[in-house]
Amino acid sequence: MESDTKQTTAWLTAPILLSYAVFGTLPFWIEAVGLYHYLGAEILIWVIFALGYNLLLGYTGLPSFGHGAFLGIGAYAFGLAQFEVWPNLWFCLAAAVVVTGAFGAATALFLSHRRGIYFALMTIAFGQIYFFIASKWTDVTHGEDGLLNIARLPVPLGPVELPTAGNIEFYYLCFAVYAALVVVLWRLTNSPYGRVLRAIKQNETRVAFVGYPVTFYKWSVFTLSCAVAGLAGGLFAMAQEGAYINVMSLQWSGIIVLMVLIGGGFVSFWGPVLGVVLYFVARDVLGAYTETWLLWFGLMFMALVMFKPQGLAGIWQELVRRTAARRRRPARATEAEG
Amino acid sequence: MALFEARGLHKRFGAQVVLEEINLAFEAGQLSGIMGPNGAGKTTCFNVLTGRYKPDRGSVRFDGADITGMAPHRIVARGISRSFQIMNLFDEYSALDNVVIALPQVRARGFSVTHALDADTDARDRAEAVLDRVGLKGRERVNVRSLSYGERRALEIGVALATEPRLLFVDEPTAGLGTGATARLAELIKELKRHTTIVMIEHDMRFLFSLADRISVIHWGQVIAEGTPAELRENPWVRRSNLGGLA
Repeated sequence: MESDTKQTTAWLTAPILLSYAVFGTLPFWIEAVGLYHYLGAEILIWVIFALGYNLLLGYTGLPSFGHGAFLGIGAYAFGLAQFEVWPNLWFCLAAAVVVTGAFGAATALFLSHRRGIYFALMTIAFGQIYFFIASKWTDVTHGEDGLLNIARLPVPLGPVELPTAGNIEFYYLCFAVYAALVVVLWRLTNSPYGRVLRAIKQNETRVAFVGYPVTFYKWSVFTLSCAVAGLAGGLFAMAQEGAYINVMSLQWSGIIVLMVLIGGGFVSFWGPVLGVVLYFVARDVLGAYTETWLLWFGLMFMALVMFKPQGLAGIWQELVRRTAARRRRPARATEAEG
Repeated sequence: MALFEARGLHKRFGAQVVLEEINLAFEAGQLSGIMGPNGAGKTTCFNVLTGRYKPDRGSVRFDGADITGMAPHRIVARGISRSFQIMNLFDEYSALDNVVIALPQVRARGFSVTHALDADTDARDRAEAVLDRVGLKGRERVNVRSLSYGERRALEIGVALATEPRLLFVDEPTAGLGTGATARLAELIKELKRHTTIVMIEHDMRFLFSLADRISVIHWGQVIAEGTPAELRENPWVRRSNLGGLA
């Protein structure tokens, strides 16, 4: 079997361009397929969150079950920066990223020397700690009510300001953030850094014994992934025009794991994207028929884990491999089929 | 002064003392062997010497500097590398990628985001040279899972070698190998010995006695005998255990 760890030097690849084409034109066709613009923004925000999360889960093999907390922290940070400091989009997004990254960095100090089940349990514990702080520290977070009336700030571009109040305008803000982030993450995962992360997933001990400071790598990727969660959280606060505690719950932290796994985050950079799209489309399409859609989605997840543990991206890769093999050996393939 | 020196190493796990009092010295340019019965503490000794475990007492010095209890990556940076008895490779990677990641020049750019490894022909050439050295030429692109057992054992040494160590620890390289593969491995070790100081744990006494300059016998967590292969052949413990029919 040929190794499929081939890395690329390209900044823009066919899948990236394809994703630009699909998401870039989404507002023009999403209503034609019976969905709505706000869903597009929601999908992109969760795609951003999921891509960042997959640095941890898919690339480094570190299962965090408390990551929703960081999405929530990003949303609160965005709201507080807007209310208390300076209602400027760039400033508030940067605040969301930096504050969430700082929380992630502090949390990672307790996590980065742990492995496997101990790592996972600690992430649950920290996720719960942040959840309870957010629910009790009402002076700052307004507890169960949430931070209300967070504005969709306009995009300041030198002399002009682009509005983001409407759902289509806001969607394009999310798209711009996605477009930039996806290139950064693509380069990151294709750099030596990305290769070390994948090596840590395969064999942490050996990575240390070929000379890499494994603990520091784990700490840095956790921090990075939290910073990306903060970015998604900032956008999420604008999307919902508020910051609420529910995304910080254990349940939502579980859902992001589920999305990434179902999409195939372990085998592909694009797994998280596929997973998020499937989740939201399932929610809206299945949800239109039945209130118990999550049950069906859960069953689908179980079926996938049982039969295709590598998720949607894994199924796709298998199809591509099979077609390629069939093309390489047309004679033998037809023989085998016949 | 010896290149590498361990003084009074003591290591216990709970109530069990694995290393009682280990004193070892390895000279530069030599191949030092470590032998002893199963459970004597040989691999634990390696783990303490290479930074996987911290000793409870005692000191380890390399090239004049104290490296006791230092983290593995810092020890590697100083020029010590090791292979493992139970194979420890990157199973999703090709043979080439297993080696590439261990190269010092790649490690130096570990945090680079703009550096593209696949365009780094220098790294690839070096990695190919390492694979050639351990007899894996032509197998560069093969996934580790598809390599034969013997090939993986060779790669295990290749990965350790790729860090360009001055001192290489090899833990039971012949474990599970047939006669043909063992002979090839002996050739490889002979070749490596010309450039690198080597410390090797080995059960196959014929193999060890033919390659080593000096041998230490570890038993009950202590070094019970030490000397050249010729001297050890006369050692009562070695004679009594009649290892590999040598005595």
